Amino acid sequence: MTITDITADAPSPHGANENGGTLLEVRDLHVEFHTRDGVAKAVNGVNYSVAAGETLAVLGESGSGKSVTAQAIMGILDMPPGRIPQGEILFRGQDMLKMGKEERRLIRGQKIAMIFQDALSSLNPVLSVGYQLGEMFRVHQGLSKKGAKAKSIELMERVRIPAAKERVNDYPHQFSGGMRQRIMIAMALALEPDLIIADEPTTALDVTVQAQVMDLLAELQREYNMGLILITHDLGVVADVADKIAVMYAGRIVETAPVRELYKRPSHPYTRGLLDSIPRLDQKGQELYAIKGLPPNLTRIPSGCAFNPRCPVAQDVCRTDTPVLHQVTEADGAALPGRGSACHFWKETIHG
Amino acid sequence: MGRYVARRLLQMIPVFIGATLLVFCMMYALPGDPVRALAGEQAVDPAQIAAMKKDLGLDLPLWHQYWNYLTGLLHGDFGTQIASGQPVADIIADAFPITARLTFFAFAFTTVVGISMGIFAGMKADSARDRVLLMVTLLLISVPSFVLGFLGQYFFAFQLGWVQPNVSGEANWNELFLPAVVLGSLSLAYVARLTRTSIAENLRADYMRTATAKGLPRRRIIGVHLLRNSMIPVVTYLGTDIGALMGGAVVTEGIFNVKGVGWSVFGALKQREGATVVGIVTLIVVVYLVASLLVDLLYAVLDPRIRYA
Repeated sequence: MTITDITADAPSPHGANENGGTLLEVRDLHVEFHTRDGVAKAVNGVNYSVAAGETLAVLGESGSGKSVTAQAIMGILDMPPGRIPQGEILFRGQDMLKMGKEERRLIRGQKIAMIFQDALSSLNPVLSVGYQLGEMFRVHQGLSKKGAKAKSIELMERVRIPAAKERVNDYPHQFSGGMRQRIMIAMALALEPDLIIADEPTTALDVTVQAQVMDLLAELQREYNMGLILITHDLGVVADVADKIAVMYAGRIVETAPVRELYKRPSHPYTRGLLDSIPRLDQKGQELYAIKGLPPNLTRIPSGCAFNPRCPVAQDVCRTDTPVLHQVTEADGAALPGRGSACHFWKETIHG
Repeated sequence: MGRYVARRLLQMIPVFIGATLLVFCMMYALPGDPVRALAGEQAVDPAQIAAMKKDLGLDLPLWHQYWNYLTGLLHGDFGTQIASGQPVADIIADAFPITARLTFFAFAFTTVVGISMGIFAGMKADSARDRVLLMVTLLLISVPSFVLGFLGQYFFAFQLGWVQPNVSGEANWNELFLPAVVLGSLSLAYVARLTRTSIAENLRADYMRTATAKGLPRRRIIGVHLLRNSMIPVVTYLGTDIGALMGGAVVTEGIFNVKGVGWSVFGALKQREGATVVGIVTLIVVVYLVASLLVDLLYAVLDPRIRYA
């Protein structure tokens, strides 16, 4: 190498990814939980990647493994009972699962940060928000108490909390739900990480506040050119902010697509079911569509395609063969970049 | 905050009157006569006894005796012992520091050892060490303290000779060690279990996951985020425990011959010295009330969600 190390962060010329700046790549990740009732296979071979400035939305019902995947990336899984039998989580090309504890701790908060769903229970009730925000600077940057507090006020202003200076010593329960979530966002943002994982950041919020919080998150992401993994079960939240979507079911990714295309032409019966179950004004008075049945028990995932017992188009092959993530193409065979579907009948689903 | 403290202090007045009245009535209801007991086995002229009773005000109706006692208290007069003629205030002044020392020692033992044991076990709930703790504490809870006292005396004083079986009049710190351990062992068991459960529960809290996700070192996560939250129920228990320890000292002081409050109250009970019993019990009640007020104030410091107005 003749060039100095400033290029370490620049896209590698031989990068496999077309935009080169892949921050995080999850490869064939498996997570299982050993419980009294048996082994629950929460994640069964997930692959996805996020680049700087890109937003990946991970969509799925509760129990689909979307949060567990995120926790595995953060390294905050409870192990035991959790276990990662195989897979790789590459952050800037380095496998985090092979790193030492201390090495991973230094990545957490500094390089990858996480926003949790319920800000009230996720913030420590007995410590002031200023203290909890300031902790990031004190621990990772060795700032003094005073310096950390000044930084905390600055952060609170950046996420537009009114009267930040007066409120810095308040406790989480003294803030409204939306303001608390802003504090969570501020905390994740504190050290300007490369990647933020937001685990259902708006689920616990009022609908009117949801949009504000999402807009703020999207704006800050653009400003810092961060990668964002947005975990949600709300299709409405995703549409405006995400670049690409991965739909998860029973610990597997069943469909990936750029966001617009997924809404326009889903290529998996499960995605179609999700889209059809959104209430629509022009269908007022008709019965709302619902995917029949329940999500599978993770200790006994159905053989073949996990979705087959609930699938309206399931055939015999779906009960025996597990579908791989097929490359989805146009009817004439033209490639559709970034699209994949783990359905034996993706052609029929997308092209009718 | 100031108003809250004032209200709490005012509330102590009825509790104080109620407690003294209750003990006063109980002493009155007990069979036996302190004046008659002075003479022992000898036959005494009933007229002489009646005269003595009149002098001491014991011939008055109960309500009048109680009134005299209360007005005496307001003037700082705790009454006088019938048998020895010693003022009760002097007896309390002699005995109270000894009991206070014993209680303090037992309390410190309970707090330090109990909380450490609780943290040690709670960090790994359902592990071998957790089960051992639960078993040992269950044993401590179910064995009465006088059994524990005699066992301790037998092994550590008579068999091993590490300590003296009886505590001398000075009640030095080293002499009080074994009595304090015996006195504190029951509370220790409760504190250890309470801490253990609180720690085990809070370990699974969402804010702990957040603290890990922030990349904080483990020592900070445990020391700052976990302990502060887990100590809230323990502190509540410890406050009421001070009063319980003073009450429990009656038995322990008896076993180890500690000349403290418990020992005095026991002697007074045997001789039907009403004023002494009421005085000491009232003192314990006041200590209890003040301790629980302090705990309630400390509670607000530990948990900012609690505000007093």
